[in-house]
Amino acid sequence: MNRAFDIVVVGAGPAGLAAATAAVDAGRKVAVLDDNPHVGGQIWRAGAGKSAADRAREQAVAAFEASGAKLLAGRQVVDATASPGTLQAWVGSEQRLESIQFESLILATGARERFLPFPGWTLPGVFGAGGLQALVRGGYDVRGKRIVVAGTGPLLLAVAAHLKQDGADIVMIAEQAPMGRLAGFATNLLSRPAKVLQGMRLRAELSSVPYRTGCWVIAAEGSEAATTVRLTDGSRTWAERCDLLACGFHLVPNTELASLLGCRVTENGVEVNAEQRTSVQGVYCAGEPTGVAGVDAASVQGKIAGLVAAGKTAVAAQLFSRRDAEVAFGRAMTRAFALRAEVLKLSAPDTIVCRCEDVRLGELQGEMLPRRDWTDAKLQTRCGMGPCQGRICGPALDALFGWRNTSVRPPVFPVPIAALCSAPPVTEVSILEPQEISR
Amino acid sequence: MSELNGSGGTVTVQVNGERVTLPRGSMLIAALLKTGAPCRISVTGEPRTALCGMGICFECRAIVDGVPQQRTCQIVCKEGMAVETQL
Repeated sequence: MNRAFDIVVVGAGPAGLAAATAAVDAGRKVAVLDDNPHVGGQIWRAGAGKSAADRAREQAVAAFEASGAKLLAGRQVVDATASPGTLQAWVGSEQRLESIQFESLILATGARERFLPFPGWTLPGVFGAGGLQALVRGGYDVRGKRIVVAGTGPLLLAVAAHLKQDGADIVMIAEQAPMGRLAGFATNLLSRPAKVLQGMRLRAELSSVPYRTGCWVIAAEGSEAATTVRLTDGSRTWAERCDLLACGFHLVPNTELASLLGCRVTENGVEVNAEQRTSVQGVYCAGEPTGVAGVDAASVQGKIAGLVAAGKTAVAAQLFSRRDAEVAFGRAMTRAFALRAEVLKLSAPDTIVCRCEDVRLGELQGEMLPRRDWTDAKLQTRCGMGPCQGRICGPALDALFGWRNTSVRPPVFPVPIAALCSAPPVTEVSILEPQEISR
Repeated sequence: MSELNGSGGTVTVQVNGERVTLPRGSMLIAALLKTGAPCRISVTGEPRTALCGMGICFECRAIVDGVPQQRTCQIVCKEGMAVETQL
């Protein structure tokens, strides 16, 4: 099936919804694709589970629905090219590929949690922090369950508060960042009353829950599933009995699709100019893929991208200063929650690093054959070659060893081979990369 | 539980042949987690369930109505759906 639009937005989170709404209001024919069955992305994720009323979400979704933009949900982009503007999306519910044409493309692909390996992190009962929250919104009943929330980032407080509202018993929140660094960030917050209020509300909801800074998980233990979490504050270690562990280390931008399109990507994320244009003509990027900065930054970046893509650059320019302030806030937040060296050294030689292929740290760091880089590890151990395509172990190995996954090839998402064979490729693919055959 | 996208009521699915009833609008992964059944067995034989909850990690993939490799965190439960641990 073929479809054509003036502007296609990938991602229906805060950035994508704002972009689509702005572009439709400027008179363009717009479609929004999302992998999830519902709009909202991750931060505004809906579901069967209890979800706190969020006025920003309600307003954004209502404006989007009223705009008349076409929502193409349950679709995963597997391949795309900027010129001519074409992408292929996998429609999981129908087990088929769909081809979509566009003049401009706005990438609003969001972020994912960063996971760091530690002994026991593959046990059932160990989830991401945002991961567990998403599962609860998806109907997972955690009433009465004892949960340790750990890792780093502002998400931990929000997750703990939501889990508590859902009836869970939060044992503690273990934040790896030291108090001194967080205090500096809190001072920065004082210039932003809305965010201070939000933080205070979360803290009040969690008044009975211990929030320990400078504290991190060193192992999860249990035979069938995790039943104990071992923690440390750097000098003392202790164990907490629990039913579940929710552990995530802030966020990393989803840049795979931007890379596939040839957009310049730096260590912060997809490079964009003031108008949210990437280095590739006709391709824009908004929100977390340009550098993790939170929901308010994403919304305003999305609006700018939508307006510019629709030709309303003068209107968009009025939003630049607000966007710059939000992005600066986001950067300060990321610095405050920077990873301490200790959390990068939790794995033992037998700790699984790549969960898809069960590659253990010892296979990557072996004294006889230490792996040099991402490609070397991939070729010799199959690390990063499973269905997640390195989306989980990639950021972990980047944090641990500075290994970067630089090669992104279609399909950027696994689809059945029969589906690929029946559809013409949209990008030129060389089967072997020179760097790999020269080895 | 309030129902945001479901219209209230429940939905019943099968997890490895066992009937599980959940709030309408629930994702399939919620059914697996409720029974404690692993979603899949890893290449070295470890039981695994969801990690990321958002369709990225592929740890929640299982066999849904006979089709393997389905991410159960992205599939809304429909009445009578059958999900099996992927060995």
